[in-house]
Amino acid sequence: MSVLQIVDLHASVSGKKILNGITLAVSSGEVHAVMGPNGAGKSTLAAVLMGRPGYEVISGSVTLDGVDMLSLPAWQRAQAGLHLVMQYPSEVPGVSLDHVMEQALIERGRSTEGLDQVLESEAARIGFSSELLHRALNVDLSGGEKKRNETLQLAVLRPSIAILDELDSGLDIDALRDCASRVEALTNETGLGALVITHYNRLLEALPPDVIHVLVKGRIVATGGPELADELERSGYEAYAVDEPGPASSSALDDLFAH
Amino acid sequence: MLAFTPDAVRASEPPDLEARIAAAERAATISMPTPEAEIWRYSRIAELHLENYRPGHAITTIDAGGADAAVSVVHGGALAERFVTADAVDLFHELNNAFADTVVVSVRAGQAVSRPIVITHRLDAAGIACFPRLIIDAAPDSEITVVETFVSADGVDALCIPRLEVNAAQAARVRYLGVNMLGTSTWQLAHQRAVGERDSNTLLATVALGGDYARVRTEARITGQGGSTRQIALYYADGDQMHDFRTMQDHDAPKTTSDLLFKGAVQDRARSVYTGLIKIRKAAKGSVAFQTNRNLTLSEGAWAESVPNLDIETNEVKCSHASTVGPIDEEQRFYLESRGIRPEIAERLVVLGFFDEVLDQLPVGTLAAELRAQVSAKLQRRTP
Repeated sequence: MSVLQIVDLHASVSGKKILNGITLAVSSGEVHAVMGPNGAGKSTLAAVLMGRPGYEVISGSVTLDGVDMLSLPAWQRAQAGLHLVMQYPSEVPGVSLDHVMEQALIERGRSTEGLDQVLESEAARIGFSSELLHRALNVDLSGGEKKRNETLQLAVLRPSIAILDELDSGLDIDALRDCASRVEALTNETGLGALVITHYNRLLEALPPDVIHVLVKGRIVATGGPELADELERSGYEAYAVDEPGPASSSALDDLFAH
Repeated sequence: MLAFTPDAVRASEPPDLEARIAAAERAATISMPTPEAEIWRYSRIAELHLENYRPGHAITTIDAGGADAAVSVVHGGALAERFVTADAVDLFHELNNAFADTVVVSVRAGQAVSRPIVITHRLDAAGIACFPRLIIDAAPDSEITVVETFVSADGVDALCIPRLEVNAAQAARVRYLGVNMLGTSTWQLAHQRAVGERDSNTLLATVALGGDYARVRTEARITGQGGSTRQIALYYADGDQMHDFRTMQDHDAPKTTSDLLFKGAVQDRARSVYTGLIKIRKAAKGSVAFQTNRNLTLSEGAWAESVPNLDIETNEVKCSHASTVGPIDEEQRFYLESRGIRPEIAERLVVLGFFDEVLDQLPVGTLAAELRAQVSAKLQRRTP
């Protein structure tokens, strides 16, 4: 049983305060969604949790099973069991996916025996072409392939807690379903806890959350069950005094593009 | 007083004495180039003291790769002059004319030589200047691969002035790889020139890991319709090394294609220079040319310069050039680190991956693993 505990987290980017006191906890097997309008600080939260360079933590704490994450570099957070599924995964020319997975397992002191079969079966499971396993990371991949790739890595590395930073952005409906259902299965198979950061309801239909947090201007302004997503879908973020367009209009647009 | 005199030519008793003496006499009238000349800009030529060297020879071994190619070692000035054009005759060109040790590789029309021909030049004496000349003469519709390696031990203060002449006749396929594994006290001033006729296909590849100051000037010229050339290089300088490349893609016939990919890294206090020109002459309508130079600066004190250029004299051509100089991409490093990979290993993966694009294209795949290991060893020695 693992717990990612975030307490009163304040953070800034290039001198600008973005997170203004975030408190939440994600346990093994749980799916927490963080929803919010553009500019609310969703991606900043993901970046700060994983330790991306360029983000400054002002105060607060982040622990995984009691271990202080904020004092660790990104690679040690990953080894401790935290994982970030990136919104825009980088292309890394000349560095193949299978090689990175092998190296990542070695770094964790885990066996690489049977890795090829694991990669093949995970690829098949989420509709990722197995040829791409041996190709350079994300180079020349479509948006959908990149997200399948991210999901595959999550399944291979089996972290205790995963942060999914807008897994749904740029994803067609088939890929969304494949990726979301794989994450959903991992919550049962390995007890993965997931912090799902998203703008849209679409993802949550395929990956039902236990808890929803509404993030506005760097603060969590409401926390509730799945019904909160329906409410946001109906009335948007206006109730939380936000000027930007709510998710209702956005998801209408989204539906347009999906067809 | 320079040692590269007509008397020195006489003393070496070559068969084509007259031509060589004439070259030595011309050399005596040409002054040392200076960094003020564009082609020597950024170079370390001002540090070269020719008076510290005397004419000598590299120890050359040839693995002729089988019976299907004709390889000959000739001390032949007349042969050596065969492909010379009027332009760009400099001091080192004439010194090479006067003192060259020439290897000629020729392939008969229609012949495809299956195994690569491997030539190794070893410099083992300090204070000598050697002038290897390699001529690759590929008859129509022939095919050949040649690997030429330059080796010296660290600490051997010697000068290597090699020259390559490639003639690819109609529909010939020539692949050349030059490997610089010179020691850190040896200088190299190399000049490569390839001429490709109609429908020919020429690859000029360079891997530069060694040398103190190592320069390669490489010119690929296409004179026949439908001909194509490809120039690739991997260079990686550390310590106080400097690698210097001057490239030319010269299109002088319609529907010709040239492609260039040079990837380099510098670390510690090392430096590199890339300047390249795509020249599309009036006759080269419908030609396509690409030029890409990418540089990684792996230490604070390292420095790389990249200057791509286009000179287009006709319409209806497609050209592009790209050039970058910078440290390891922070996003790439973070991506790998977020997978639980330590920074030093993440950087290692990124740098080796950066070079793999070139290694994968080398004409001799078996060499790639050895070269990758050398690159890896260099990376291990890095001070950030």
